[in-house]
Amino acid sequence: MTVKDIIEKLELECLNEANLDAEVTGAYASDLLSDVMGNARSGQVWITMQTHKNVTAIASLKDIPAVIIVRSGVPDEDMLEHAKDEDICILVSKEPTFQVCGKLYELIK
Amino acid sequence: MHYTFNIERGNFTDAGQASSSVKRTLKQLGVDPANIKRTVVALFEAEINAVAHAYGGTIDVDIDGEKIVMVVADEGPGIPNLDLAMQEGWSTASQKVREMGYGAGMGLPNIKKNTDDLKIDTKVGVGTTVTMTVYLN
Repeated sequence: MTVKDIIEKLELECLNEANLDAEVTGAYASDLLSDVMGNARSGQVWITMQTHKNVTAIASLKDIPAVIIVRSGVPDEDMLEHAKDEDICILVSKEPTFQVCGKLYELIK
Repeated sequence: MHYTFNIERGNFTDAGQASSSVKRTLKQLGVDPANIKRTVVALFEAEINAVAHAYGGTIDVDIDGEKIVMVVADEGPGIPNLDLAMQEGWSTASQKVREMGYGAGMGLPNIKKNTDDLKIDTKVGVGTTVTMTVYLN
């Protein structure tokens, strides 16, 4: 399952195209940044409602190829710029965390 | 190799630059990815702690063939009860910091988990110096 596959299957809006062919090994859903720092693994996508620049900083440090922002969240402008610099794919779902996690779990489990 | 970075109070926008820069350097040096991950998690958490709680400070990173030593020194309120601060779930972060997704009381425990040696010197009303060491072998 690649980032591109996930975009199609979950009907996500892509705000920064990057790592589209990256293999997704799983996902981590959390809005607590230290939780992600401590527990997310590289290759996982990160599902969150946080929309500020520290999200891309952490994604980059943890080698997370894509971030899915839930409930049509709008990323801050500097987060998007940083995502471009660091090659992080920024995706937006209209649905809340539970639905995104459920669909993704079905795809990746 | 020695690197120095400045920490500015409340400047979350630029937080992570030191960790990002250290990560790039360690990659170039061919350091084992597991050690790079440990190092950047610890450094990022220490950096965020200083941005969130202190009035300003510095980060000094020394890298040699054996180890990475990171010293995050701040001028700030200090930590009144270090035992409590080391407990997972304990936090004195402000509402604003919590809304950003920090303040879950996981920072210092994350640092401890990811470093081989952790030393915290703190004085209330003066500041805190966190010295973290990651051994490469």
